[in-house]
Parts: sequence; structure tokens; C-alpha cells
Amino acid sequence: MRVAVIVFPGSNCDHDAYYVIKQVLGVSVDFIWHTENDLSKYAAIILPGGFSYGDYLRAGAIARFSPVMDAIIQSAKKGKTIIGICNGFQILVESGLLPGALITNQGIKFLSRDVMVKVESNSSIFTRKYSKGDVLRIPIAHKQGNYVASPKILKKLEDNNQIVFTYHPENEDGNPNGSVQSIAGIINEKGNVLGMMPHPERAAESILGSSDGVKIFESMLGIS
Amino acid sequence: MKAKIYLTYKEGILDPEGNAVKRALKSIGFNSVDTVQFGKYIEMTFTGVSKEEAEKLTDEACRKLLANPNTQSYRFEVAEQ
Repeated sequence: MRVAVIVFPGSNCDHDAYYVIKQVLGVSVDFIWHTENDLSKYAAIILPGGFSYGDYLRAGAIARFSPVMDAIIQSAKKGKTIIGICNGFQILVESGLLPGALITNQGIKFLSRDVMVKVESNSSIFTRKYSKGDVLRIPIAHKQGNYVASPKILKKLEDNNQIVFTYHPENEDGNPNGSVQSIAGIINEKGNVLGMMPHPERAAESILGSSDGVKIFESMLGIS
Repeated sequence: MKAKIYLTYKEGILDPEGNAVKRALKSIGFNSVDTVQFGKYIEMTFTGVSKEEAEKLTDEACRKLLANPNTQSYRFEVAEQ
């Protein structure tokens, strides 16, 4: 099994994701520059956080047209496991692989701190090692993480169990960015694509303050 | 040809910048301000295309990249430079 970490100009959490897959989980992993167009040998794909293309226009809007995105869209259609973290989530919504949009945080500030994230569903391939209702300490670091979606999309997300993570009310400020229904992470209808604003790759070893996020990677890679 | 493009949040989408600036305006005495709406303004120039072609291209650019159809609406004007 090999994992791909996609690197866009401006990605800055690519090494963290690579480190977790390789050093913490002991799984083979490669960096994939955004001009590549073949991802066929990878079992799972990570779109890491950062500021692809400087967040110009809108976060994720320009990265969506990188050559590698065609391969990512094809991989998503084939049912491969794909996770977009922070800027990766923004790219997934801009590319239409996930519904809705991420706009500027309600309080306008860039937020960088630990938050409490609640596991709303453990029936996804990304959360099967958690229990429903688990509360995870995972950092956020974003300015455009305020999830918005039409009532129609929200209903569909709810009906299909696609809301997998929410900001837990125990956060000092509840819902830190103003996301509708406190949404922190969603999956696509098929269940093979996850986008989330919190950074589980920064919460994968207890020496760094929390290892609550590592089960996301273990779950998606089928590591027991 | 020059296109002037205006992007704004769609109705119902909370505009955090607009709200913050509205509060700031009120705090310095602009009490009659009802709403402040932030947006983006983009200019694009074209050579060797007609006005109709430029309008068509601008519309396509807005749909494919410049505007996010989930949250933003756009309008534009195209004129000789």
C-alpha cells in the first residue's frame, strides 16, 4: 500500500502528513507534485493544508485547476480514499468533490489553536476506529473555514450521515469559525472523500500534545 | 476591450468582513448605515475580440473560476478601453 501526499505551490502541511504516514504508521508514502497526472499506484491520497497559490481569488480556487486534480477526480470516482485537510478541504469543495463552500471565519481572524472536535458518525471509512460521540483534541489553523451550504445540501448531508465531525460545544467559543451546524468535516455521498478543517496530522503523537487524530489515518488505511 | 467584474456574496450568505466594517462604522457615528456588503472587483482586458466575444469569455471565466457559484453572484460590464 502506498499513500500520495499532493504538493501544490504553497502547501505547507505536506511534510507533517508525510511524517505521520511514514514514521508514525510505517506506511509507504510519496510526495506528488501538482503537475503529475497519474495516481494509479496509490491506495490513498492526502491533500494537505497550506496556502496553495497564496489563497489568491479564493482559498483552493486555483489549485482546483492543477493537472493533478483530473487524476484526483478520477480516483474519487473509482472509490479511492481521499482526505483533504484544511486547504485540502477548500480545494475539494472548489473542485466539486465535496458540496458547499468555505468562507471567511465569522470573527474574521485567522484561528490557530486546539479545538474539541466531536465524532458525529463512526460509520465512515475515516472514523471507523472511533466511537460515535468521541471528543478529539485537534488543532485548527485557518481563516476560511466557515462552512456554508444551502438548506437542500445540508438536508442531504444529514440524511446520508455525511457530517462526520463537528466543533464540540466544549470549545471555549463553541463554534470557532461560524460554520453552519458547527460542521468541521464532511464526506461525499459515496463515503470515500473526507474534507475537514482541523489538522489530524498535527495531533498524531502524544508528545505533540494529542494523538487523537491518528485514528483517522489508521481508519482510512485499514490499520488495526 | 475591457471587462469590469463585480463579485458579491449571494443573499443569505453571511458576509463577515461586511458585518465587521458595519460595526466599526456604527462605532464611529455612522448610525444610519444599514448594511455593508464586501465583494471583489476584477478588471480583464482583451485584444482582438469583439465586444460580444469578450462578454461571452468574461461570463465563462466567471462561471469557471472567478466566482464560486455556491456563495457568490457576479455581474460585469464590457466596453472599449
